[in-house]
Amino acid sequence: MANLRDHMGRPIVAVTGIGVVTSLGVGKKDNWAALTSGKSGIHPITRFPVDHLNTRISGMVDFLPSSSKGASHLTYELAETAAQEAVSEAGLDSDDFGGPLFLASPPVELDWADRFSLYNSDKQDAGAERLLRVARGLKELDIFDTTQFGSIADRLADRFGTRGLPITLSTACASGATAIQLGVEAIQRGECDKALSIGADGSATAEALIRFSLLSALSTHNDIPGKASKPFSKDRDGFVLAEGSGALVLESLEAALARGATILGIMRGCGEKADDFHRTRSKPDGSPAIAAVRAALADAGLGEDEIDYVNAHGTSTPENDKMEHLSLSTVFGERIGSMPISSNKSMIGHTLSAAGAVEAAFSLMTMRESVIPPTINYDNPDPAIVLDVVPNKKRNAEVGTVLSNSFGFGGQNTCLVMAREPV
Amino acid sequence: MSSHDVVITGIGLVSSLGEGPEAHWQKLTQPGLEPVLEAELFAPYTIHPLPEIDWNLQIAKRGDQRQMETWQRLGTYVAGLALDDAGIKGNDALCATMDMVVAAGGGERDEAVDAAILAASESRNDRDVLLNEKLTTELRPTLFLAQLSNLLAGNISIVHKVTGSSRTFMGEEGAGVSAVETAAARIRSGQSTHVLVGGAFQTAHYDMLLGYELAGYLHRGAWKPVWQRQGSEGGGVVTGSGGAFLVLEQREHAKSRGRKIYAELGPVLSGRARRRHGELNAEIAALLKQAALPDGELLTISAASGAHAATAAEKAVLDANPSLAVRAFSTLTGHMKEAQFPFAVALAAMAVDRGAGYPVFDATLERPFEGAPNSVLATAIGYHQFEGLGLVKAA
Repeated sequence: MANLRDHMGRPIVAVTGIGVVTSLGVGKKDNWAALTSGKSGIHPITRFPVDHLNTRISGMVDFLPSSSKGASHLTYELAETAAQEAVSEAGLDSDDFGGPLFLASPPVELDWADRFSLYNSDKQDAGAERLLRVARGLKELDIFDTTQFGSIADRLADRFGTRGLPITLSTACASGATAIQLGVEAIQRGECDKALSIGADGSATAEALIRFSLLSALSTHNDIPGKASKPFSKDRDGFVLAEGSGALVLESLEAALARGATILGIMRGCGEKADDFHRTRSKPDGSPAIAAVRAALADAGLGEDEIDYVNAHGTSTPENDKMEHLSLSTVFGERIGSMPISSNKSMIGHTLSAAGAVEAAFSLMTMRESVIPPTINYDNPDPAIVLDVVPNKKRNAEVGTVLSNSFGFGGQNTCLVMAREPV
Repeated sequence: MSSHDVVITGIGLVSSLGEGPEAHWQKLTQPGLEPVLEAELFAPYTIHPLPEIDWNLQIAKRGDQRQMETWQRLGTYVAGLALDDAGIKGNDALCATMDMVVAAGGGERDEAVDAAILAASESRNDRDVLLNEKLTTELRPTLFLAQLSNLLAGNISIVHKVTGSSRTFMGEEGAGVSAVETAAARIRSGQSTHVLVGGAFQTAHYDMLLGYELAGYLHRGAWKPVWQRQGSEGGGVVTGSGGAFLVLEQREHAKSRGRKIYAELGPVLSGRARRRHGELNAEIAALLKQAALPDGELLTISAASGAHAATAAEKAVLDANPSLAVRAFSTLTGHMKEAQFPFAVALAAMAVDRGAGYPVFDATLERPFEGAPNSVLATAIGYHQFEGLGLVKAA
């Protein structure tokens, strides 16, 4: 009989359902097959013209019915698709989930397609005044809904029968991990015995791409798209903008066992620490990321020598990969050179608000399958970053514990520690 | 009373009425106070504008000020007021262990760039190419950071050094409710000892009005108190710029550092009525029931927006409970979206702390409250979705 309480006396939180969508496909099966064969989902952008753009590749999800319908619709469909897979796997009623919903999703804005169509629907006055005047004559709420920050979660709450006021959150590129953390904490507080945590991002619009491009954050290696995302490589030159979603059904281990659910993994601990240095850059000594990793280990009740594998944030930007190496080598010391550390983003790009949830899903599968997905495009190692990145080919390995890192603009640092088995 | 009770030890407020709890108390306790209105700038819409603010008082570095647009500056400023009020600002140890939950929407877009693109779209069919052409050349690179929802929290970390944790909730009034509810739950369970929680809204921007008007929610024509807008032209909401941040603290933690306690934050409840199914009235009534309201007359600070359907539902449910003496503060401040619930809780805490109520904000539809409140209810019924309320009690 497993312990039902952790080292701090809190209910142990199990994962009983996992769902995922990335540019590699819909569902765990297709994603895992592609991920473990080192396949890249990065491809040329076709959703909008690429004239004037320095970056013309992405990991957009182009194969869903909503892929061309704007960020709000696609984000909803990504979230729904992953959540449906997770809830089904958990064996729970998919229209009466009965626990709270935590959704990590991108900030919303009125899509340009709607701006153009509203604006050009008449000719009086100009600029924003015309938009406002046209807006108040609208008879349908479709466009309005895409501009409300709570609407996607509201729809998901209806769809899955989640309980209470759903929380929509953003901690930038750490959002997906924060959604999981909120679910874990709610169960630990005893507020619920299950929670649905989703990270979804379908916001790879032209404007989003241009915004990141203006901040010099994106790779411009357009010629061979599959080669553009190359975390920890010397010639890495930015991340690849991508879309996707990950969903977890979280349950107290006690409730999961009581109903005979299959335990897919355990959420052992979460840690976070905000950085006060700069809006886009990390404190040069890496102390906030270091503190976040250490907080996650402490929360999990694990020592530095008890992590088997690190699912890296590994964005492929010069800054992130250098700082992630600095923080990991500070925490894990000499052992860092022999610990496997791989970046899923080498294949799927950076799914932004979804990344933490997608990568938690892959971390759990890594443990269950005893296979570590590789860091692909590792042809030109950065000599300043000495890591075992599981280069280019998957590796069979027993993995009992994983640290998954998520770092974001605005000083966001969130780390999750997962385990294969209850203690 | 327990050592893990949640108490309020810091309040930061800005609205068209001024800044800080003292200024708001002085204004709001003046019988017959007239609202501060700006009716020309966005006519036919009226807004409650920001008061004059010396940003330097809370954001010392000009470089930091330049990295933000007004929304983030405002939020960072109000957060600083709350930290100051709680005696936490500048205390590195307390800031480094302080958690933060910010309720946020998005920041300001570049109106000139947008207007130029829209104007050009009238004579171009290749609008997607037009977009690339203009956005790549005319957007200020760092503007994105002033627009990102989580960068209000990011700026609070940078300017005020609050770094224990940083979470941003989105979703209009509901985000403010969830932020306070989550912060309180963390403290009660021992997950946090002290939390900065709140939000800000800067309405003097066309896109911020558009966020309401795409569903026709804005009131047009002459200003009226929120309860009196049914049947008027438009949708009933008059917006205002402002913000509210609270320092919530574990009672033991506050006592151990000898801080003044405004009030205890009792139960905070949230809900999601399926309004299309007509559930809103029942949901509000259910939340009131769960709050286990004290016997006797109860001062109630309502964040009612004026939006016709939601405000009518709230009024019907509150009116059905004759012990509630309601004050809808948005009559005087305008609707501040994500900041509505933190603002309501702040006004409730001030009344409990001072042992006095507020005069009516609407002489026709609100009734006098003469007593010294021991508890005050705060409500936030979203103009479109999500509901919440909280009970504030004497410390």
